[in-house]
Amino acid sequence: MAAKETRIIYRHIGADAWNASIDKYLSDGGYSILSETVRRPREELCAEMEKSKLRGRGGAGFPCGMKWKFLDRKSGKPIYLVCNADESEPGTCKDRLLIYQDPHQIIEGIMCASYAINAAQAFIYIRGEYINGYRILMNAIEEARKKNFVGKNICGSDYSCEITVTRGAGCYVCGEETGLLSSLSGDRAYPRIKPPYFPAVMGLYDCPTAVNNVETLCWVPQIFKMGGEAFSKMGNPLDPGTHIWGVSGLVQKPGRYEIETGACTLGELLYDLCGGPLAGRRFKAVIPGGSSMKILRWDEKFSIKDKDGAQKEVRTEDIPLDADSFMKCGTAIGSCGIIVMDNTVDMVEALANLNQFYAHESCGQCTPCREGTMWMSRITKRICEGWGREEDVALLKSVADNMCGRTICALGEGAAWPTQSNVSKFKEEYYEKIRRQKKVGGQARLDNNSYRLI
Amino acid sequence: MENEKVTVNINGCNYEVGAGLNVLEACRSVGVEVPFFCYHPKLKVAGSCRMCLVTIGTPARDRATGELLKKEDGSPEISWMPKPAIACGTKVSQNMHVVTDSEFIKSCRESVLEFLLLNHPLDCPICDKAGECKLQEYANTFGRGESRYIENKNVKPKKVMVAGKIMMDSQRCIECSRCIRFCREFIGRSTFSFTKRGSKTEISVYPNSDNDSNYLLNVVDGCPVGALTEKAFRFKMRTWFLKVTDSICGESSAGINVRVWSRNGKIYRITPRRNDAVNDMWMTDSGRYIHYRFEAKNRMSVARIDSSPCDLGYAAERCLEILKLGKVAIVANAWQSVEEMFLMKRLADACGAKIYMISHVGADDGKLLSADRTPNMRGAFLTGLLDSYPPKDFKGLGAAIDAGEVGTVLCFREDLKDFGLEQKQLKAANIIYCGALENNISASAKICIPLRTEFEKNGSWVNRQFRIQKFNMAVQAPENTFADIDFLSFLLSELEGSHFDAPSAEDVRAEMAKSIVAMKDAVHIPASGLPLDSSQFASVDFPEEDAMHYSRQKK
Ligand SMILES: Cc1cc2nc3c(=O)[nH]c(=O)nc-3n(C[C@H](O)[C@H](O)[C@H](O)COP(=O)(O)O)c2cc1C
Ligand code: SF4
Ligand code: SF4
Ligand code: FES
Repeated sequence: MAAKETRIIYRHIGADAWNASIDKYLSDGGYSILSETVRRPREELCAEMEKSKLRGRGGAGFPCGMKWKFLDRKSGKPIYLVCNADESEPGTCKDRLLIYQDPHQIIEGIMCASYAINAAQAFIYIRGEYINGYRILMNAIEEARKKNFVGKNICGSDYSCEITVTRGAGCYVCGEETGLLSSLSGDRAYPRIKPPYFPAVMGLYDCPTAVNNVETLCWVPQIFKMGGEAFSKMGNPLDPGTHIWGVSGLVQKPGRYEIETGACTLGELLYDLCGGPLAGRRFKAVIPGGSSMKILRWDEKFSIKDKDGAQKEVRTEDIPLDADSFMKCGTAIGSCGIIVMDNTVDMVEALANLNQFYAHESCGQCTPCREGTMWMSRITKRICEGWGREEDVALLKSVADNMCGRTICALGEGAAWPTQSNVSKFKEEYYEKIRRQKKVGGQARLDNNSYRLI
Repeated sequence: MENEKVTVNINGCNYEVGAGLNVLEACRSVGVEVPFFCYHPKLKVAGSCRMCLVTIGTPARDRATGELLKKEDGSPEISWMPKPAIACGTKVSQNMHVVTDSEFIKSCRESVLEFLLLNHPLDCPICDKAGECKLQEYANTFGRGESRYIENKNVKPKKVMVAGKIMMDSQRCIECSRCIRFCREFIGRSTFSFTKRGSKTEISVYPNSDNDSNYLLNVVDGCPVGALTEKAFRFKMRTWFLKVTDSICGESSAGINVRVWSRNGKIYRITPRRNDAVNDMWMTDSGRYIHYRFEAKNRMSVARIDSSPCDLGYAAERCLEILKLGKVAIVANAWQSVEEMFLMKRLADACGAKIYMISHVGADDGKLLSADRTPNMRGAFLTGLLDSYPPKDFKGLGAAIDAGEVGTVLCFREDLKDFGLEQKQLKAANIIYCGALENNISASAKICIPLRTEFEKNGSWVNRQFRIQKFNMAVQAPENTFADIDFLSFLLSELEGSHFDAPSAEDVRAEMAKSIVAMKDAVHIPASGLPLDSSQFASVDFPEEDAMHYSRQKK
């Protein structure tokens, strides 16, 4: 396998003489799929979606066709479509480029999806910090409305749908779908309990709602064009399509790479496309899917079953880039944000950084996450400052275990996984740091803390 | 639907529980305790404290055929959920399996308590909630005993006054959101809210919010910890020293079920008691302070004849003599218990007296403070004291005095002067005043008989729903006062010649059951009260408006 990019969703990103205007998009055949879509029966479109086996690109990887199927169409309430553009997972910034450089692709995707599920109104919930992105989207929607792609009687059909753009409240949980819906309806972004608040049944304003990621929605027109069957054959059949891998951290060429699923391995991506580690360094660990997923040691080995059912041993760098393979290695691709750490990185500091993020971002609604994130963050901070105790290692693990699976939303788990995996995979490093600091004592603690970031 | 049952297996035993219950209530209904903080039976489920986690399994089905799978021995195969679920937010279903006693669930509870206690100030020794605090109780029962936390605790605002009657301490708050939900759902207006995020989350009050609601203090009862405490009760008494008596609130005809907390003859606070047919779990703030009416300084403490103190028995004898002279009018009131009213009616018959009553009407808040500000107007109808809704004043009685038809007024509790009797009319008649409190006419009455307050006697009232409810004696009456029933039965036995020896309220009800059809079952009244047949009063124009658990009868 040779590492190469397959640019479909990112076909316009960074292209020569490309800009975000509607004229550019139209000149590349834009909106033609929408005008065909609004003439096709809805059942057919939803069936195509189911056949495509497209997995959501927001992090959870839930099949999109299934999500649409679960929408409560019998309730008589309006159905809403919400585009989740609250991208705030650390290490992830794939949606941002789409918003800034190709907003019309998103709008076409939203309108195709809205038509397919017969949405009464579509929303884009955009991360609060993307101020320019907000302006670009507003501008693009205005352009599209003028050309009759948004608003009344889209493309001459009898289907009408508006898009409202809402800026996020600047917090990570706003990206969690039920938290997003609370925030969108004017409340604090508190995730809601499921049951009864499954978005497909009791979503926005207690009406059935489909929440989809920006990238997922960009796939919708593509799938409607090529057909679900054809799409499902693209790449790994369990996770068809492409993924946009956002590589950040200590590599030569960090950036975003769109790669067909299973077309290359993690090692190929990092060495061939990203140019390998910085001069004179070695890879030490990667977090494969945004900070919330479990970390992988670069020298780890996994025993996984391949397609023919044979057990085989793979190294971290051999893991093929698709959801399924990472799952088998005990982690997940999440939002495809790969964070690379090399031998200069102090794992305790890295974890302290992440823990501080989660402690800051926990919405504070449910007990284990509210108190657990704060506790873990204080422990790691203390270790970094030189006051660690050997029992802290076991304590960290125990706190994370006590959070995992007992919270309202997945943030609690996403906050526990880094600690769980980090502490168990780099245990020695923790002990070593604690012992070393104990030995050097007071002055070292001061020195140590004078350059610390957090 | 209501009586439908489903079979649920809890910790290995099968139970029949009500369909539609949540797992927490279902467990409770069969005596299995599931600890909880944020759940409240009368509020929406928040599901945020995670204290009630249980393991849940449902019968497994074959994916292809949808048929129930069976184990080898024929029992149904159970598919267990991989993660624990909240009992408060999960509805029971047929053949559901619930585990609440495993080591795993034990560790879940232990960890939630550990998390809650991390930043809790642990100021139980100076906290009013101590003794009835859920956190304290559960920490004792389910906690791990010692803390593994060596970091500094969060600091949050303490001693914040809310609406002049609640002391808020955010540091004690466990973020259960009950207070927020109560204000939103019951009062209909947000007063409390969370501010900040994560572990720094604070319970706060909207600045400048008009939180003048008469129901705000319910959040104090609802708060599982001491984050919200009542200013009036603050530092007054440790809860475990208090004696609890079930009673009924006399504030209005809503008939709110309450508990009276007292020690050594002093009432310290009044809190609501659950009655799902009457007041759910709420009461008015004003009703909590109703016992202030009966403070010692307002009490009539000794019997008087012509303003000079005298022996109680002697005063009663004199009373009798005057009544025997005839031309008597009796002023009754709707704070009297049904039992007293029944005797009153007989007394009126025995001395040929006419009964006068007035109404006390105020604004109806559509919830638990009804327009009729007396607790027992329906009782007066049932016992035959009234046949139409009474007027607002005593003008009729005044006219009867002017016409010379009335020479003696035997007045219970009411202030004749405030309600339309003129000075010269008061002068023209012998006034015998019987009541617990001094008022405008007690000073000038010919005879004054000190009686007891509703907290000092047993009895029952009939509320706006025609539900008869019992109130019990909470505190000992002062010496030299008559229980109303004793006084009335003394008069009756002399006037009627019947032998009626100091009966208890229950005895009177037994008597009543014989002569009043609607009361035939009302001898032993259950704790939740007993609805009575009200069909014969359908045409009476009662002033109450539609409210919680009450709808005005259509005419
Ligand atoms: C804490 C948390 C943060 C999330 N943030 C985002 C986000 O920023 N953007 C996003 O698309 N999905 C995010 N998700 C995932 C959403 O909950 C949801 O799964 C997704 O929007 C569904 O869209 P999809 O089916 O298209 O993937 C987040 C989930 C969690 C638990
Ligand atoms: S898990 Fe954390 S972020 Fe999610 S609802 Fe609970 S406290 Fe909020
Ligand atoms: S103040 Fe009390 S009732 Fe309100 S959220 Fe805090 S603990 Fe719950
Ligand atoms: S009582 Fe169920 S989560 Fe709080």
